[in-house]
Amino acid sequence: MTYRQARYDEPLLCERMRPSTVPKGDLLDVPASLRRETLALPDLPEHEVVRHYTRLSQMNFGIDTGFYPLGSCTMKFNPKFAEELARLPDMARVHPEQDPSTVQGILRVLYELQEALARISGMDAVTLQPAAGAQGEFTGLLLARAHALDHGDGARTEVVLPDTAHGTNFASAGMLGFQIRELPSKDGRMDVKALEQAVGETTLALMLTNPNTLGIFEEEVVEIARICHDAGALLYYDGANLNAILGKTSPGRMGFDITHINTHKTFTTPHGGGGPGAGPVGVKKALYPYLPVPILTFDGKRYGLEWDRPKSIGKVRAWFGNAAVLMRAYAYILSQGADGLERVADRAVLNANYLRHRIQDHLPVPFRGLRKHEFVASGEPLKAKGVRTLDLAKRLMDYGIHPPTVYFPHLVEEALMVEPTETESKETLDAFADAVIRITKEDPELLRSAPHNASVARVDEVQAAREPILSWRMWQKAKGA
Amino acid sequence: MLRALGLTSVEELFADIPASVRTQGLDLPQGMSEQDVMRHVTSILRHNRSAEAMPTFLGAGLYDHFVPASVRAIASRSEFYTAYTPYQAELSQGMLQSLWEYQSFICELTGMDAANTSMYDASTALGEAALMAHRITGKRQILIPTALHWDKKAVLRSYAAGPGLEIEEVVYDPETGTLDEDALRAAVGEDTAAVYVENPNFFGRFEEELEEIRSIAPSLLIVGANPIALAVTKAPGDLGADIVIGEGQALGNAMNFGGPLIGIFACRQEHLRKMPGRVIGITKDANGDRAFCMTLQTREQHIRRERAMSNICTNEALMSVAAAVHIAVLGASGLRRVALDNLRRAKRLADRIDGLDRYTAPVFDGGHFNEFVVRSTIPYASVHRTLLEKGVHGGLPLRTRFPELGEAALFATTEVHTEADYEHLLHALEAVP
Repeated sequence: MTYRQARYDEPLLCERMRPSTVPKGDLLDVPASLRRETLALPDLPEHEVVRHYTRLSQMNFGIDTGFYPLGSCTMKFNPKFAEELARLPDMARVHPEQDPSTVQGILRVLYELQEALARISGMDAVTLQPAAGAQGEFTGLLLARAHALDHGDGARTEVVLPDTAHGTNFASAGMLGFQIRELPSKDGRMDVKALEQAVGETTLALMLTNPNTLGIFEEEVVEIARICHDAGALLYYDGANLNAILGKTSPGRMGFDITHINTHKTFTTPHGGGGPGAGPVGVKKALYPYLPVPILTFDGKRYGLEWDRPKSIGKVRAWFGNAAVLMRAYAYILSQGADGLERVADRAVLNANYLRHRIQDHLPVPFRGLRKHEFVASGEPLKAKGVRTLDLAKRLMDYGIHPPTVYFPHLVEEALMVEPTETESKETLDAFADAVIRITKEDPELLRSAPHNASVARVDEVQAAREPILSWRMWQKAKGA
Repeated sequence: MLRALGLTSVEELFADIPASVRTQGLDLPQGMSEQDVMRHVTSILRHNRSAEAMPTFLGAGLYDHFVPASVRAIASRSEFYTAYTPYQAELSQGMLQSLWEYQSFICELTGMDAANTSMYDASTALGEAALMAHRITGKRQILIPTALHWDKKAVLRSYAAGPGLEIEEVVYDPETGTLDEDALRAAVGEDTAAVYVENPNFFGRFEEELEEIRSIAPSLLIVGANPIALAVTKAPGDLGADIVIGEGQALGNAMNFGGPLIGIFACRQEHLRKMPGRVIGITKDANGDRAFCMTLQTREQHIRRERAMSNICTNEALMSVAAAVHIAVLGASGLRRVALDNLRRAKRLADRIDGLDRYTAPVFDGGHFNEFVVRSTIPYASVHRTLLEKGVHGGLPLRTRFPELGEAALFATTEVHTEADYEHLLHALEAVP
């Protein structure tokens, strides 16, 4: 398929701005020391604003536009009914400070979602407060720290991470001032011997994604858990790849003490072009006393909020979390049910293994064994033609395919990380494989100059960073200088 | 597909999961049809009493503003909402330009040079601003007002845990409800990294002496702003702020029971490389045409890892797009009209409540925006209860968090309220036994 994205030379709204000053009489009610005299914002007819953003939307690619196999991001179809539910005034126009007697509906949704997520993840309790996966990690590490301090283990300030870990794992640990010990992988898996030597009296936690970012299930997870627990360390599960194991196993069953869940991945709440997400955190009993406040309660009749939690870590964001996102996840779980969620894992894993099978004779897929929900191919052989993975990725756009994740994880050279998800058909998978195979045989120049059919040609990201212009103001200043 | 893989059952694809950790299915009900899900969830949510069903006078950082249908129509375009983070710039120009325009509008409102595409909410924006102030100055003390929402204080403490920042509170003047300048003078010291002030503050009061506060603070000044109020009040940048944060929900987004929201975050150009979060820059494509892309990514987690400016990855981008559309639909004049309307409504409602027996409003002297403190001569808990019985939700009770204010509550009003809503509230207040 040849794809042609819409292309408009759409001006900036700021370019259509006319200078306006505030009528002085308007401001008499504003304290004299604070009156504002100019406001350089556009003043356009409504329909022109709508056209502007409609055109911009047509220069944007979403799951509804086409295949979006972005590895580690689980870009599956976002059901429309969840969007309709989120727009109901009973969801949208509810204030979080309302008396609990007036918000029994949403409290029930959140309470039941907690229960469902606890069952799915094999954990004893769940907090819905974190706004995203990375904030879930931050919350989980705060919980681990509170647990250590409470047990006189203040010396535990080290976090162990495999070299395949997501960047957020490192950053979340760094934000809390923990030292990081990075473990090199062995054959695409955690090196259990190296782990045994790495953990000790200063280890707070091991953070692990399983299946890992190569899509490989860490088969020695039981031994990994034993080693960490014997050393007195906790086990943190990065739930980015939970989609692969729904109903097959769970973080709790594997021995993890803390897990976050990305609702915008496994439970298909739309990612909004960057956000919102939600990052619920599940814990085993031992960590329950430290969960953020308030805790949702249910006495068999009424849902309530409990604030009196002396050991709680406090709060990580205002109020109760991204409630409208969480409600979508709740609706999705209801619609799938136990049977549907298990089929999710079946199809996601089948699709990934099938696609790997189709690709691996053309681009190597390093490391032995099965894959779960994703696989990482290497664009290394293309280098001989003077082409990089980035060029392949850009060329895929011309076929109407959003490129997979590229250059991650770092231990695969010229990495191309493909996660098809369960909602794609065999026809779509075959079209992707055919496109990749065909591209590897195309004229290298066609790749290096790609994309040809997107709204713009190859974007110069180096220039953007060399002279950052982040606003109309900065642009006007730069022009003036 | 199985045949191509040489397998006979899907189960074989899970052979790498050790039997000892295998679970047999999920302990959940079976799936439901779309129609049943819609019916079920709608009926549960009906147990909420939304601002549509019950006049609600809550604010405290989150406001029920009227959102033009055009804003929802654009934010519902699935090209926007079903996209991931715009890692691939060429396919994502629409999102990137919209977010760049959002950054531009926020910079104009705040008087800053650079804005990121969002933090999670105002409270995490405050946490991130404190960490940024520490990165810039190397100092550890953060001064915040006592008159601040308790969630923001708690979230700030969580963010401060890593570098061990010391959070100290500066009391408010009991007459004016604004920051006590003498207390601020006494609190600032050599180790002060930043002073945080909100304008309008938690009590809805304008901090009229921001310039004086700037001169007292030798450190960085972080200002928490309400983007609607900024349409008629001086840009914090023009008053000496170094970092401006705020809750952007008032711009085109629903209350959503507290999320998703938008943490506004903006700073001066000189501190740009110390700023957390995703930012969009302007550049050219291979043909020399204008194009947009994410930039300064070397500050971020996927490259800088544990030395990143923040761990943030997923943010609230779609909410920021809605905010930009909201600003554009209202325009400069519309935004100003809404701001003045909200300012006047707060004053008018306070005066009307003050006219009732047993109530004083506003408790603090001076200009207010959106909200104000009301004090009653009877226990506020019983006022709160009676209002609910009469089908109206009063303000936020302050008794447990600010006991020094006595029987007080924080009442907010916006353009969504009708004269009937006000009458309803006033009658209910009078009817309290």
